[in-house]
Amino acid sequence: MGMEKVDKIINSDYELGFEIDIEEETAPPGLTEDTIKFISAKKNEPDWMLELRLKAFHAWQKMEEPKWAKVTYPPIDYQAISYWAAPKKGSKSLDEVDPEILKAYEKLGIPLEEQKALAGVAVDAVLDSVSVKTTFVEELNKLGIIFCSISEAIRDYPDLVKKYMFSVVPMTDNFFAALNSAVFSDGTFVYIPKGVKCPMELSTYFRINAQNTGQFERTLIIADEGSYVSYNEGCSAPSRDENQLHAAVVELIAHKDAHINYSTIQNWYPGDIEGNGGIYNFVTKRGLCEGENSKITWTQVETGSVITWKYPSCILKGDNSVGEFYSVAITRLAQQADTGTKMIHIGKNTKSLIISKGISAQKGQNSYRGLVKIHESAKGAKNFSECDSLLIGDNCGAHTFPYLESKCASAQVEHEATTSKISEEQLFYLRQRGISEEDAVSMIVHGFCKDVLNKLPMEFAVEAKALLDLTLEGSVG
Amino acid sequence: MKKVMQIINLHAKIGEKEILKGIDLDMFEGKVHAIMGPNGAGKSTLSKTIVGHPDVEVTEGDIIYKGKSIIDMEPEERALEGIFMSFQHPVEIPGVNNAYFLRTALNAKRKHLGLKPLNAAEFLKLLKSKIKELGMKEEMIHRSLNEGFSGGEKKLNEILQMEILEPDFVILDEIDSGLDIDALKKVSEAINNMRDSKRTFMIITHYRKILDYIEPDFVHVLKNGKVLKTGGIEIVDALEKEGYKIFGDA
Repeated sequence: MGMEKVDKIINSDYELGFEIDIEEETAPPGLTEDTIKFISAKKNEPDWMLELRLKAFHAWQKMEEPKWAKVTYPPIDYQAISYWAAPKKGSKSLDEVDPEILKAYEKLGIPLEEQKALAGVAVDAVLDSVSVKTTFVEELNKLGIIFCSISEAIRDYPDLVKKYMFSVVPMTDNFFAALNSAVFSDGTFVYIPKGVKCPMELSTYFRINAQNTGQFERTLIIADEGSYVSYNEGCSAPSRDENQLHAAVVELIAHKDAHINYSTIQNWYPGDIEGNGGIYNFVTKRGLCEGENSKITWTQVETGSVITWKYPSCILKGDNSVGEFYSVAITRLAQQADTGTKMIHIGKNTKSLIISKGISAQKGQNSYRGLVKIHESAKGAKNFSECDSLLIGDNCGAHTFPYLESKCASAQVEHEATTSKISEEQLFYLRQRGISEEDAVSMIVHGFCKDVLNKLPMEFAVEAKALLDLTLEGSVG
Repeated sequence: MKKVMQIINLHAKIGEKEILKGIDLDMFEGKVHAIMGPNGAGKSTLSKTIVGHPDVEVTEGDIIYKGKSIIDMEPEERALEGIFMSFQHPVEIPGVNNAYFLRTALNAKRKHLGLKPLNAAEFLKLLKSKIKELGMKEEMIHRSLNEGFSGGEKKLNEILQMEILEPDFVILDEIDSGLDIDALKKVSEAINNMRDSKRTFMIITHYRKILDYIEPDFVHVLKNGKVLKTGGIEIVDALEKEGYKIFGDA
C-alpha cells in the first residue's frame, strides 16, 4: 500500500500518439545550402528571405550546440534529419484539405470547420512543415487583424516581416535559433493594429506526423499601440522509438500600452520510461515590451517531450512595462526539462513576476533556470520570483538555478523557492475521507499548480487540467 | 446492544516495533467509548490501525466492522463504509480549496451510497449552515485545506468534516488537545448533537474535561498495547486520584 501503488497512477498512455495516414512529400535527410533553397522554393519565398536563411545557415555552421543545460542525450546527427515534410493533397481551402487530416485534428479536439470550432477560438493548424488551415481569417481581417501562416506573411506582408523578424531573437542568438532561422518551415503570424482588442483567442496547433523529420516553426506576433491579444499554442506527435527534433522560435513585440498573453500547452510525445523515443524540444521564445506600459505574459504547461530546453523571456524596454512568466513543468518517465525564463529590465519602473511550478515523478528530472537582469537604467525595477518543486517518489529530481544580475541600486528583487514531496500523510488524509488514491494525487497536484492554471484562458485551462490528470494517471512512485 | 466493531487479539507494529500486543475490544452501536491510557500505550496506533494507515502493519488478530473483516481494506474503502477519524495533527494541503475538498469527499460517499452528487450550490448551502452552527469564519470555505489554520481552527475543521460526512463510526484522536475552554465546549456540543442511536464514537483523550461534556458509555484503559480495564466513568475518577498505576501492568 502507499506510494508503490500510486506508481500505477502515473503510468498513463500517451493518447495522442497515433499516426495520420496520409501521403506526405518529404525532403531527403541532410542539411546543405540546397536543402534551404529547396524549402524556400517550396514556400515560393521572395529572394530576400532566402538570403536571410542562407546567412543564418552559414552562421549556424560555425556555432556549437549549447551544453550548459542539465539534460543529457546522445549527439544529434543534423545530417540524418529531414527538414521538410508536407501533405501531398490540398491546402488552405477546407474542401482541399485531406479528410484524413480533418479527422485527425478532430480527434485531437481541434475541429477545423469553423462552425464546429470552440466558440471564440481561431486556429492555425500546422502539420509537419506546413500550415494546413487557418480559421476565421476573414472575420479577423475586418478588424484589421492579420492572422495567417508565416509563409503567407512573408509573401503578403513583407514590410512587417522584414521589420520585426529577427528583431527580438536575432538569427545568431543561439545554436537552435540559428538552425531555425535557416530551415524554419511554418508557424503563425499575427498583427493586431492600434487600439484593437482581439475578440477571439488565437491559437496554433502544431502536429508532427512524418517520420524522421524535424519541425522548425516560427511564430511572430506584433501588438501595436494599445492593442490586446491572447494567443495559445498546443502540440502533439506520434509515439515512436526514434527521437524527433523540434526547434522553434517565437518572437513577440508589444508596443506602447499593448498586452500580449501567450499560453502554451506542450504535449509532445514524451518517450517511454527507458528514455526511448520522444521529442527533443529546443525552443527560443522571447518577447519585447517595446513601448511604455506594455505587458507580456507567458503561461506554459509543459507535460511532453523527452528533452525540453526552453526559456520564454521578456525584454522590458518600455518604462513601466511588465513581464510575467507562469509555468507548470511536469517530468515523469525519463523526461528531462531545463526550463525557466529571463527577465531583462531596461526601462524605469519595470516589473516582472515569475511563478514556476516543477513536478517530478518516476525518473523525471526538472530544472528551473531563470535570469533576472536589471540594467542601470531600470530605476525602480521590481522582480518577484517563486519557484516551487514537487517530488513524487524517490527516483526523480528537482533543481533550481536562479541567476541575478543587478546594476541598479533602487531595484527590488525577491526570490522564494520551495521543494516538497507529496507526503504519505497528505495522501492518507484525503483517502481517510473516502477520496480514492488517484483523485487524491490529482487534487494535491492541482492544488500545487493552481496559481499557474488560473492564468490560462478558460477554454485551455479545462484542457490543461484534463491533461494534468491524464499525465499523472499512474505516475506517483 | 449491537456490536458494531469487534477487535480480536490485535497485534500491530510500526516499523520493527510491536505496539499493539493483543487488543480485545468490543464497541457498540450508538455508544460512546472513551479510550484512555498513558503515553505510548498504543491509543493512536489503535486508531491508525482501524482506519488503515500505511505505517501500521497488522501481524495478528482481526478487526470486524459491521460483520466484515476490514484489515485488508484500503483506507478509502473503510472511510466509505462509514469510518471517520479526526486527526490529532491535520496535515496542510496547499492550493486545495477547503470547500472543494469537502464536496469531493461528500460526493465520493454519496456515490458509494448510490445517491446523486450534490452540485456546488446545494453543497455550499449545506456547508454554510454547518459553518455557522460551529461558529467558524466563513472565509474558511475559500482557504486552502488546513493551510495557515490555527490549532483550534484545524480541530474545528475536523469536526466540520465529520458533520458533513455523517460517518457511522467516529474516532476522535485527542480532539481536545490544544483547544481552549470555549472551543472545547463548541466541539463537545457538536459531538453531542451528532450522537444518536446508530452512531458510535471512540474518543481518545488524556483529560477528563471532555468526558464531562460528552458522557461516555464505556471507558477503556489501554497500557502496553493491551486493554487493561473496561468500565464506566468511575474508572476516570479512580485515574484522577491514583494515576494509571492502580491498574497494574498488562
